[in-house]
Amino acid sequence: MLTRRTLAVSTAAFALTAGIAGAAFAQQKTVVEFWHGLPQPLGGQLEQVVKGFNDSQDKVQVNPSFKGNYPETMQAAIAAFRAGNAPHVVQMFEVGTATMLAAGPAVKPVHQLMSETNTAFDAEGYIPAVRGYYSSKDGKMMALPFNSSTTITFYNKDAFQKAGLDPSKAPATWPETIEAVRKLKAAGVACPMTFSWPTWTQFEQLGALHNKPFATQANGFGGLNAELKINDPFFVKHLQTLMDLQKDGLIRYSGRDNAADPLFPAGECAIIQASSGLRARIVKEAKFAWGAAPLPYWPEAVDSPKNSIIGGAAFWVMTSPKRTPAEYKAVADFFAYMSKPEVDAKWHMDTGYVPVTLKGFEAAKQAGFYEKNPGADVPAQQLTRTATTENTMGLRLGNLPEIRNIIQEEMEKAFQGQQTAQQALDNAVKRGNTVLRNFERANKG
Amino acid sequence: MQRRVIFDNKALPYLLLVPQVAVTLIFFIWPAAQAIWQSVHLQDAFGLRAQFVWFENFEAVLTDPNYLDTLRITVIFCAAVTLLSLGAALLLAVLADSKIKGAGAYKTLLIWPYALAPAVAAVLWMFIFNPEIGVLGRALNNLGYAWDYRLNDTQALVMVVLAASWKQVSYNFIFFLAGLQAIPRSVLEAASIDGASASRRFWTIIFPLLSPTTFFLLVVNIVYAFFETFGTIHALTHGGPGKATETLIFRVYQDGVVNHDLGASSAQSVILMVIVIGLTAIQFRFVERKVHYS
Repeated sequence: MLTRRTLAVSTAAFALTAGIAGAAFAQQKTVVEFWHGLPQPLGGQLEQVVKGFNDSQDKVQVNPSFKGNYPETMQAAIAAFRAGNAPHVVQMFEVGTATMLAAGPAVKPVHQLMSETNTAFDAEGYIPAVRGYYSSKDGKMMALPFNSSTTITFYNKDAFQKAGLDPSKAPATWPETIEAVRKLKAAGVACPMTFSWPTWTQFEQLGALHNKPFATQANGFGGLNAELKINDPFFVKHLQTLMDLQKDGLIRYSGRDNAADPLFPAGECAIIQASSGLRARIVKEAKFAWGAAPLPYWPEAVDSPKNSIIGGAAFWVMTSPKRTPAEYKAVADFFAYMSKPEVDAKWHMDTGYVPVTLKGFEAAKQAGFYEKNPGADVPAQQLTRTATTENTMGLRLGNLPEIRNIIQEEMEKAFQGQQTAQQALDNAVKRGNTVLRNFERANKG
Repeated sequence: MQRRVIFDNKALPYLLLVPQVAVTLIFFIWPAAQAIWQSVHLQDAFGLRAQFVWFENFEAVLTDPNYLDTLRITVIFCAAVTLLSLGAALLLAVLADSKIKGAGAYKTLLIWPYALAPAVAAVLWMFIFNPEIGVLGRALNNLGYAWDYRLNDTQALVMVVLAASWKQVSYNFIFFLAGLQAIPRSVLEAASIDGASASRRFWTIIFPLLSPTTFFLLVVNIVYAFFETFGTIHALTHGGPGKATETLIFRVYQDGVVNHDLGASSAQSVILMVIVIGLTAIQFRFVERKVHYS
């Protein structure tokens, strides 16, 4: 028979066990799921940085996992969110920024995370071109920038020598570039020049360098009702120049996205406009003397070029119905570590991404990195050379990956002679605006 | 005498049906219903907001000149892949079926490509046809033929058709070979004795007797060209240059997964579903009548 006494004893025993279990639980680390989109070897290097954080303290355990390339990671994160199971942190490429911002309650802005958890965070310490890209209209940090890059010129010094060009400097302007590719061609170089990321290098960066809008509403920062502006005579003339050069075999369109990348280290093309992140591969593979230089500009359009804009990716905090304050605190600690200048500087020197903090840039200078690696500071110089304007902050356009593809498609038709430069860009604007309007409608209210 | 299986328990037959019905519901009916639901809604990527928009997605898709162009390319692509892979497989099967030395080795080698994943096969084709790193691509350019599928619609289409067909030839070959071996030798010998030439024997005896196999393969190949060539196109051209190699299924992926436009993507899936239902009905109603089952 159950007496009052045995009941009391067993209740006490139960309470004790529960108490012990609770204590054990409290000692357990808070786990943070972190999804990233960097393939090897960069993914491994990123996981090393995360390991550095895990080893630096004993409260938080960050579990990095590779979810495929950037678009695949984005897709995975969205699917997980829809299933109520989003990771704490996801790495998202720069062109997904507008989509993430429009996600509203799915995302916790970084400035909010840091203030809610009372974590020290120096938003001013970031390079303005980087901070601008990931800030809201009123200048608040929405995501944590980490691996940023920009586009620069790489050139083959041996080929320049052969063509009678000065190997100590790359052509600074487009007219000089055109003269250089003519000489390279005359000297028997089959592919004088090519470019990766056709939309990024030839339209997005071109607009920023010359302080020309890519879209209205301050490139989309002003609101969802932005419209593309790339059928402006300036862009049309540039595309026409590229088409003429392509026709004469002076420049080569080598495919979408980064398909052109291998052609430079292989010695096939003498000049390439590509992501600064290509540097690591060139160092490893190129069997010739090479140099890095800023992107060329049109002197007729601007006296001196503005800063370029960034690419790469940032870390976003995702919400989930079961998230606890302790988990947000853990994420904030992780972010505080990732934004340390020494972590930033080491990542920059190891990988070829640009330093994202001003102190990180300084630390790399102090370490003598740029004396040992001439030209490695070109991307950061180009990003910081002027104060940002509304045309050089970056792009904040919904479904930008789709718009990039549309521009690539229309360019490909133009390069084949199926349409003129004006028609190509008119079509791109028309189709791109449809994408923007759909995005606006789907994300309103 | 007719034999019937009799269940004492009235519930048992239904119980035995449950797994099959469950699989059909979960993996076929449920996703299809979802596609139909999404095709009449406008949604943001995260699924936070959805509004009912009637048939706007269908209207947008069907009035898009690029979509109609994609439809045209898909028809050309499917016809080319089906004809090429069936024709090549039949020719090879007839040759391998004749009495030649080392027939076993030929047969084995011809079946091999089927074991390759489409994406891997596409990468192999890239190593052949890429203008800079491809063996044949370089050779063509060195011979003075401007080969660059990245900036030439026709070349790109020819390349994906070749790659997609090559992959399917092995499959067709196996079935044709089996079909050929099932044709009674006595009939062929009788025809030979009557003085029928090889081509006459083929067209009047072999081809009609092969028609059930050919019909089956026709259906399978059209479905393959429609739905399973995604990996090949994705790895080789990404639908480019322009939209020269974009098929319907590639566009569904592009709009749904890359562009996060679930409404448009679902509307296209529904259209695709209707097309496939129609094609299958036509095939079974009209083409099958001409098929000669022995």
